[in-house]
Parts: sequence; structure tokens; C-alpha cells
Amino acid sequence: MTFLLDCPHCGPRDVYEFKFQGEVTTRPDATPTQEELSAYVYFRANVAGVQREWWYHRQGCGLWFLAERDTRTNAVLSTEVP
Amino acid sequence: MTAFAGDTIGSALYADGRRVFSRSFKYHRPRGLLCCAGRCPNCMMTVDGVPNVRVCVEPAREGADVRAQNVLGSLDRDFLSVVDRIGGPFTPVGFYYRTMLRPRRAWPVYERVLRNLAGLGRVPETGEPRRYDTEHRRVDVLVIGGGRSGQKAAAEAAAQGGRVLLVDERGGVTAAGYEVLAPARAIGIYEGGLVPIDAGTVLYRVRAARIVVATGTVEQPLVFPGNDLVGVMLPNAVRRLVREWSIRPGERAVVIGADEVVDDLRRAGTDVVRRERPSSLRAERGGGRLARVVVDGEAIDCDLLVVSGGRAPASSLLAQGGPQVEAVGSVLGEQPAAVPLDARTGERSFVCICEDVTDKDLKRAVAEGFDSIELAKRYTTVTMGPCQGKLCHLASVRLLARETKTTEAAIGTTTARPPWQPVELGLLAGRHHEPMKRSPLHFRHVEAGATMMWTGAWQRPFAYGDVAAEVRAVHSDLGVIDVSTLGKLLVKGPDAAELLDRLYPNRFSDLAVGRIRYGVITTDGGRIVDDGTVGRLADDCFYVTTTSTGSESVYEWFEWWNAVWRYDVEIVNVTGALAAVNLAGPRAREALAALTGDDVSNEALSYLDARELRVAGIPCLALRIGFVGELGYELHCAASAAEHLWDALVAAGAVPFGLEPQRVLRLEKAHVIVGQDTDSESNLLSAGMPWLLKLDKGDFVGRYAAELVQERGVSERLVGFTMTPGVLPDEGAQVVVDGRPGGRVTSARVSERLGRTIGLAWVGPEVAQEGAEITIRVGAADERASVTLSPFYDAAGERLRS
Repeated sequence: MTFLLDCPHCGPRDVYEFKFQGEVTTRPDATPTQEELSAYVYFRANVAGVQREWWYHRQGCGLWFLAERDTRTNAVLSTEVP
Repeated sequence: MTAFAGDTIGSALYADGRRVFSRSFKYHRPRGLLCCAGRCPNCMMTVDGVPNVRVCVEPAREGADVRAQNVLGSLDRDFLSVVDRIGGPFTPVGFYYRTMLRPRRAWPVYERVLRNLAGLGRVPETGEPRRYDTEHRRVDVLVIGGGRSGQKAAAEAAAQGGRVLLVDERGGVTAAGYEVLAPARAIGIYEGGLVPIDAGTVLYRVRAARIVVATGTVEQPLVFPGNDLVGVMLPNAVRRLVREWSIRPGERAVVIGADEVVDDLRRAGTDVVRRERPSSLRAERGGGRLARVVVDGEAIDCDLLVVSGGRAPASSLLAQGGPQVEAVGSVLGEQPAAVPLDARTGERSFVCICEDVTDKDLKRAVAEGFDSIELAKRYTTVTMGPCQGKLCHLASVRLLARETKTTEAAIGTTTARPPWQPVELGLLAGRHHEPMKRSPLHFRHVEAGATMMWTGAWQRPFAYGDVAAEVRAVHSDLGVIDVSTLGKLLVKGPDAAELLDRLYPNRFSDLAVGRIRYGVITTDGGRIVDDGTVGRLADDCFYVTTTSTGSESVYEWFEWWNAVWRYDVEIVNVTGALAAVNLAGPRAREALAALTGDDVSNEALSYLDARELRVAGIPCLALRIGFVGELGYELHCAASAAEHLWDALVAAGAVPFGLEPQRVLRLEKAHVIVGQDTDSESNLLSAGMPWLLKLDKGDFVGRYAAELVQERGVSERLVGFTMTPGVLPDEGAQVVVDGRPGGRVTSARVSERLGRTIGLAWVGPEVAQEGAEITIRVGAADERASVTLSPFYDAAGERLRS
């Protein structure tokens, strides 16, 4: 895993500068059932394809941002500040 | 031994008359120079403590310590060669999967013997570790291989402008408008055009927009009986010996096919017998090495046989390539024509000289059903040795095609993964970094003779001397501890209170300015991840402390949720900017009053108050809290002023105390250390902190999980326990219920003041009751302990409030 990520603030940087926080999930906005809570806390879609995910520029500007990445090729299609 | 300038260790040894360079991996057969180009495993020795150095390409240097490896005895008389003479029938391919299984109890003996025999070379156990570095480079064009095609490609790219880097395994390439890295080896091609290059003690991580592979070809050995005997060489090896080092490779040579070396050999004074491609060929030994070659039935005495199976494209890197990768030169060529040889009699025929895999081994593997190249590879380990298939991949594919009566194309190839070239693990690991964080008071502790210890990346005082005396000082007089390692965050903005209300299970929006509240951070799974205090400095400003190891992760956590919810809040990590000391003990107020003009009476600065004070002239934020259970003030000030403050407090009679006395003191109060007493399964209710859970407020991280736990109950509880003073369980000791594991101890210390052993442990909810009797395994014995649910010392917290 050695691809580049385009930090919205700093530009293209080595992926090792970033922390990966997983795919974007939807937090329940009302008391969930146990199944819904488990699904939110533990289960991920894990798509083979394009997914939206959280990244943090830990060794850089400290920005949390969203990226669209193709999990099959590691091609980063876009990044944006939430 | 002497060497000339330009000699490699291998050429100097050869010139000195040495012919046996190593002993083979499995059979311990003598092996000599074969490729003389750093490809084959035959010349691997230990040089200056570094194992598996290919001495044929390792420059000779003054005073180098060169040792043979994989040998019991000497290279010429290796006692382990008994494996070759009698072990053959007993050690066929895959023998380790089938033999030595019974009797089971004998396995430790087998294991010890095999452990000593297995592997190549020994990692040095003494001596200075070598220093390795990593360098990051970015170029427009990277050319791998400095032959004619590579140089041409590099020159053309340079002429078009842009940064061009050429990497070559051997030196001697002169730069012409581009940069040359040599001798150095490209290890592989990774995602995004990343090419790690091994340049000895520097690993270059090169990212290139375009990668040109010009790795050329690798001369292939031919498979025939006795093809590994000392004296069988590839044409290129002979040519190098003559042309580069003026060495006569042998007395009398049989040259098959390779016409290009005949003139070189004759010039060196070697008698040459030439033969064209034969239909049968075998080499025979005498005196431990090549003595005779039998070509189509004709026996010819000789000490050198020069033969090759042609040149195969060195295309492994291309197989790893991505969209940036292109190739030039002979690496794009065809595979050499197959040379079918009748090989029914004579010595073993080696397909893979690295791992000692013979043609019979491969045939046997096919007969046993391992007829796919990937399976045969894993079963026989062909192509898995130090050459990584450079010299054996083609031969093994062809043999498999012949055995299974299919085409080479149908057999396919094995996956060519990095590393393409051998690389030292130390180079991949990089320079030995042990990052250390030091508090601003570090040198005060060192000067005071403290025993320092690691806590995460921090260096902290374990104690300054007598742990018990430091504990007594805090209990009965005055102590001071450096707590600068605590994480410290400023959370500021109109939405600060709302953000904290959603990040903590308890409430901060109703916290009065100048007051402090304890808080625990949980995940949405309800798990405890950190704890600390939150003080309100202004309506819109909070001062948050975290655990020493949590400063980074809590800061990231806060920032992340702030990005999710987009509150109007700024979060600043001031951990490194501020120092903090905790002044604790019955005399703390008296000492503090003497150092400040501000009112520090119990009314003006009461328990859980946060106030700005000037102490010994230093502006401080004073938090009246007490992790160690006595009247105490946590004084936070600029890191640059910390030593002055510390000196003033020590001069006022405060006894410095370290982490170990602090751990005794906090345990007497049953204060939990997150990560020590809690783990990734712990939640607020199981850890005995239900009072932190405020379900009468809105949503917060961890709320839904906490509701679920409240509904279903907990499966274990964190409780205190006491034992008789002579008994001290280890941290992690088992709690035993009816002879079975029923929990575990997380902390245990002897409390001198209480005259008992005290501790914290996870137990089943049925025994989580005041006074319940439990049993704890201490060494081999089960010892009695009594459960306590309140702090062991000053349960009402009167001393904290006094």
C-alpha cells in the first residue's frame, strides 16, 4: 500500500503520512435496536469498488477529510473537506 | 590473503586457488563459482558478520573477515556432507512433512537438531548493529539496468528534460546528463510507481512517473547429471574471471556451445576442447570436484566445464509493474531454446541449486499430485531460495511441462513478488529509532538520581530512592510529582460545551466556570478508551487533560467528531507546551500559600476548583484534584518555567516522588488507570463508574451501547480486593472460582499504611459484593482475598476536601 493521497490542504502526499479511519458510516439518530447498533459499531460494507472514507493527515496539517477511493486499485478519485 | 585493487573477495579467493566456496543447502555438496555475477547462491559467505554475502561481487577490502557458512568442519571437509552420501533416500522432497512425526515425545530432539541444520548463515549476536538509512526521492524517469539499452533510454529521457535516475547493479556506468545510482539494486516495483532501491546501507524509496525496465537477461544453467560440481561454470563467469581479473579459470576446459569464451580461455592459457550441443551430457567427479565430462558417450578429462542453457529475459520486475512501467532491450526477448538432454545415469541433476531440488524431486512431486507450478513450488521449494528463481524458474517450468505432457504456456509461471534481489532485513527496518519523549523536568529527575522508566514513549521517574519513604512523605507531609506527560487540550468556541457533552457520557454544559469534573471517554461500542479531568476556564473554554499515552489519540478523536458534527470549536493540543506538577500531602496548602500572594484557602480554592495562580512568580493554572488521595494541587505552567517552579516547591520541602509511589497511593484510593485496569472490553458499568453515565441528557458517543449494557447487565465487574500482607499476586494473576479461572488481577501492591495487600481485579458479578470471599492464584498456591467496593483509604474523600 504505497499510493498517494491528495490532502485538500497540502496536496498529494505519501499515504504513510495519513491515518485511515475507515469507511464513512451513518450513526443512528434514534435509539437503535441491538442489531442496528451492532451493524453500526462492528459491520462494514467492505465494498470492492469505490467507497467514501475518512482520512486524517497525522504527519501533516492535522486535517480530517473525506476521500473517494477505489478499493480494488487504490486510485483516489477525489478528496474533500467535510 | 592478498587482493589487488578491483578484486572482489570471490576473485581474490579464486586467484588464490580456492575452488570450493560453499556447501549446499540440504546435501552439503561442495559448490564453486557458477555465475560470478551475484545471481547464484554458490559463493555466499559471512563477511564481517553479515551472512549470505555473495563474495563474487563483494569488493575486496583491507581486513575483511570472511567466513564460510553452512559448514561443520571446513569447506573442503564438511562433516554434514554425510547427508549427501547416505541421506538421499531418507530425505526426499517434502520429507519434513512425513517423517519425524512419531514418537511425538521425540519431537523436541528432532527440533533441536533441525534447528541447528536449517537455514543459511547465522545472524551475528554480538557487535555493533550496522546503521541503515532511508531516503525518499522523486524523479520523472527511473531506468533500472545500466546496460546499452538502459543507458540509451536514460540519455533519451534526459535529453527531453526532467529528472532521470539510472540504477545499476554494478559500478562503472558513467552518467551522461542523468544521475546514476550504482552499485545498487531495485528490489521491486510497488503500487504508485514506488521502487525501493538497495544501495548497501541506504534504502532509496524512489517514486517515478515513468519506470523503464532494462534488466536484460540471466544466463541459465543447464540441467544434467553433475551440473552442480565444482568446475561447472556459466560462460559469463569464465569471461569475467579472464577479462576483469586476468585469472586462468582452469587447466583444461570443455566448452559446449559457448563459442564466445573460447578466445578468452585460450588467452588465459587454458586448454580448450570444444563440443557442439550434445544429446547426452554428464559431469563426473574426482577428488570432490569435476574431473571428467562425458559428452555423447565420449569421456574427456577436464577441470572446467563451460556450458549454459541460454539467456532468459530477467522479466520479474515487469510482472510487478503498473501503468508507469515500460521495458527496453533484451528483457523483451524470447526465452532461450530448450536443450533436451538424456539424463538417466550419473550424479544428481539439480534444477534448483539454492534449495538442492533435483529433477527427481520435481518428478516425484508431480507423481504425488503437485502438478501445478504453484503447488510444486511450495512442495519442493524450487525457486524459493536466495536466487528467487532467476536460475531455476525456466528449468522447473520446462520440466513440469515435460512431466505433465503439456506446454510451457499451459504450465504458466509463478508469481514474481518483491524482493527481486536479496535485501538485508536491517535495510528494510531502517535506522534504529527509539523515539523518546522527555518532560521539561527530565534533567531535574536525572540530577536527583531518579530511576527512569519507559511509559510509552515517555521517560519518567520510577522512584528517586525509597518507594515507601516517598509514599510516607505524601501521606504525612508533602510530596511533588512531575505529571507533565498528561495530555492537555484546550477546547474553545461557542459550541465547546455541547461538543464535550456529546463526547463524554457525563455532562459539562452545566459545569460552572472555575470548576472541574472527571470524565471518561467511551467509543460508540461503549468501551472505555481514556479518562481525565475537564476544567471550565470560561463559558466557551475548557481545559481537558488525558492520560499520558492518550494525548494524541484523544486529540484526534475530538478533532474527528468535530469534523463529523462541524461544531464551531477549536481544539489545541498544548501537551508539549505546558508542564504540570502535582503538589500533594497534608502540608500542600501551607506550602502553596508561602509561594503565592493569591488566596488559596479552602474557601477560595476548594476541591475541584480551577484557578489561575502565580506560584513562585510563575503564572500557573491550579487544579485542585487528587489522584493520590491527599490534599493536592495540580499546577500547570509554561514548559519553559517548569524547572523554576519545581525548584521552588522542592525548596519548600516537597519530597519528589515517582510513578511507583504514585501507583501505590492511587491504588489505596482504588483509582483506575485506563489501560492498566481496563481493557478493550471494559465499559462504564463493568468498571464500576455508573455515576458517570448521564442518560437524562441528549445523544453522546457510547450512549446506545451504555443503554444496552444497563438493560442486559454486565458479565464481569472491576472490584477491589484485600489480602494478608505477606501475599502479593502478580498483575494478570488468575482469580479462581471452583477450581476454574473466574477473573484476573489488574493491579496489586502492598500498602504499608493499611497493613494489607490491596488490588483491583475483574470478577464475575456474583462475587462483586462487599466482603465476598474470592481466591487468587499466587505462584502455585490459591490464596484467599476479600472483595471491597469502596476505596481502601479515606473512602469518604475527606482528606481531598480538607
